[in-house]
Amino acid sequence: MSDPTERRVIPGTPVFDGHSAQRGYALNAMCYSFNDADKRAAFVADEEAYMARFRLSPEQLDAVRRRDVPAMIAAGGNVYYLAKLAGIFGLNVQDLGALQTGMAVEDFKAGLLAHAVTERRAAA
Amino acid sequence: MSEIVGGLFTSHVPGIGAAIAKGLQDDPYWKPFFDGFIPVHRWLEQRRPDVAVVFYNDHGLNFFLDKMPTFAIGAAPEYRHEDEGWGIGGYKPYPGHPDLSWHIIEQVVASEFDPVTCQSMTVDHAVAVPFELCWPDAKAWPVKLVPICINTVQHPLPSPKRCLELGRAVGRALRSWKGDEKILVMGTGGLSHQLEGKRAGFINTDYDRFCLNNIGPNPEALLRHDSLDIVELAGSQGVEILNWLAARGALTGDVVELASNYHVPISNTAAATALFENREFLPA
Repeated sequence: MSDPTERRVIPGTPVFDGHSAQRGYALNAMCYSFNDADKRAAFVADEEAYMARFRLSPEQLDAVRRRDVPAMIAAGGNVYYLAKLAGIFGLNVQDLGALQTGMAVEDFKAGLLAHAVTERRAAA
Repeated sequence: MSEIVGGLFTSHVPGIGAAIAKGLQDDPYWKPFFDGFIPVHRWLEQRRPDVAVVFYNDHGLNFFLDKMPTFAIGAAPEYRHEDEGWGIGGYKPYPGHPDLSWHIIEQVVASEFDPVTCQSMTVDHAVAVPFELCWPDAKAWPVKLVPICINTVQHPLPSPKRCLELGRAVGRALRSWKGDEKILVMGTGGLSHQLEGKRAGFINTDYDRFCLNNIGPNPEALLRHDSLDIVELAGSQGVEILNWLAARGALTGDVVELASNYHVPISNTAAATALFENREFLPA
């Protein structure tokens, strides 16, 4: 694997690469299990026991306990898998955006709407 | 003799599926996106394709990080959409076309691609939402599905050039298929959007217009950027344009744009729909 110091940096943009995939494996595996409604219910029923089954790292445990999305990403979480956990917490992708950018949800949505445009073409 | 009738390119945001389930097509937030499908419905009604070859990315339904293929081709008799973690699932099953899938697999391997082959595979919203958009009133799907999954999740991603070349190899396979089906090629996902990091909510209308203006007449223009360049230009998930590039590669004829709709925002996404006819008719 490439030296982390030589990897390309895109500002504000975590690149989910082999380094993240290794670091985040346990957390992402737990989130992947949430495709199953019974597993979601088991997590809700006993969060600590469920996390223990997946051997989350201390950093990941702390991030989940605090509902800290940027910390989950820093601990190797991939947003596609984290979205399944976020659903359990009742968070949608605008909520996730607001939590990561430090904005209020309404401000985050307003930022998206600032790009509002509709452009349509149709062949004669 | 089979015929590649055209290409349909569309965003696949899960929220679109939720909006369909709630009947929000005429809601002011959603209508400008759904209206982009009016010419698509008209065209599908006229051309009535029998098969859809769909280039898409899986978001953690069928594939996990334990085994993450760069390219995977479905060869199942049937595909199902299942719960992706939000309790939404149970779309109608998708009939497969294993004979055509294996023909494509044989031909692309002969073209020196190395896909994973899947005789059992679920498909997520990246297939389900475009199907719901294309055939909203269908009791059963009018097309058989060949799903081709591209890794846009875990870097390193395949290069844009490799994706276009994969599509071209699939297009050659479709041209050499002896069946008499009318084949629709689909590329799903995009355009610019980013779900994670401090730059979450990133949208780049200039790059999106560049893609929409070039994907038909000049897809090679998109090869000037590598996959990480595209992450920077289009956002982490905007890199799903790789699916569009592969689908474009499978259109081997004289590609004519019939309709294009670009609407920002849908959820966190700059949404787009584009329809191209493939006007090279195959010799009988």
